Amino acid sequence: MALLDYFLRKKEKQVTTASKAKERLQIIVAHERNSRNKQPDYLPQLTEDILQVLRKYIQVSDETFSINLDKKDGDLNVLELNIELHDELNKDN
Amino acid sequence: MARIIVVTSGKGGVGKTTSSAAIGLGLALKGHKVVLIDFDIGLRNLDLIMGCERRVVYDFVNVINGEATLNQALIKDKRVSSLSILPASQTRDKDALNKESVGKVLEELGKTFDFIVCDSPAGIEAGAMMALYYADEAIVTTNPEVSSVRDSDRILGMLASRSRRAELNLEPIKEHLLLTRYSPKRVEEGEMLSVEDVKDILSIPLLGVIPESQAVLKASNAGEPVILDTESDAGQAYQDVIDRLLGETVEFRFLVAEKKGIFSRMFGG
Repeated sequence: MALLDYFLRKKEKQVTTASKAKERLQIIVAHERNSRNKQPDYLPQLTEDILQVLRKYIQVSDETFSINLDKKDGDLNVLELNIELHDELNKDN
Repeated sequence: MARIIVVTSGKGGVGKTTSSAAIGLGLALKGHKVVLIDFDIGLRNLDLIMGCERRVVYDFVNVINGEATLNQALIKDKRVSSLSILPASQTRDKDALNKESVGKVLEELGKTFDFIVCDSPAGIEAGAMMALYYADEAIVTTNPEVSSVRDSDRILGMLASRSRRAELNLEPIKEHLLLTRYSPKRVEEGEMLSVEDVKDILSIPLLGVIPESQAVLKASNAGEPVILDTESDAGQAYQDVIDRLLGETVEFRFLVAEKKGIFSRMFGG
């Protein structure tokens, strides 16, 4: 029978339990990582809006601007905005 | 500055204590001053694996409570003089450790030792958090099996958010993947996640792959960490781990099954 198994084995190999395991893990791990550092759905739009308002008054490039929503202990959420202002701007004033 | 290394996993029974013992002893054999700390308060076992269970007089909690000095509690290994063990207490309550006093003990140990290896309890409760809090590096011990991989990912999340380094915005804990109980034969048959699979999912650097081996049970039976069994595949794989921890580049071994002859394959040997 071992001889027969040897020839049949190649066909069964298509979907192995290991590849099922990998697929299931990739999905669940991605899901759990997402909920770990969950950003609210509105954050991208909020970022866009803030940038637009800022650009009415000053020059802001994407590299010199960062926005972060941090969860601190308990119920405290902190919205952190980092904008780097260029020197030229100060000269004008 | 001592390197504080936590051996952690989330899931129980994957080989944290076996690995802690092997790694602690292996580093000491290379001439480094090493202290192994058992953080599994209430379920002390590192002493058994190290073979020093009958020499425990005082423990970690005694030191924390000021009932014993560090020197009284530390057990010097009989095989390697540069290795000491700080056993966990057996009976006290699990909340006996707190960040402040553990920090003081680690600071004190850091003055004399090059490596502080912390054997974490399973789970994500206070004990496990305490073991990883002060770590500079983490050895995430994982079996190629779904629940272990998932729990390892949980622990990676904790390392990134609940450690001292995370709280103080310091450089993050250096993460290492240690894959244990690996069976190349079952991987080839499609029955077990491969090294690459686990690396893909957890995406942290690989420190070592320890093959499933009968030597591990023999070693714990005898209280002789498996790294001392230099003939065994597991012992050699741990030796490679030590070399990598010390900055050497060592090729990974024991990743492919030994090839069977054509006859034993045909006749099911």
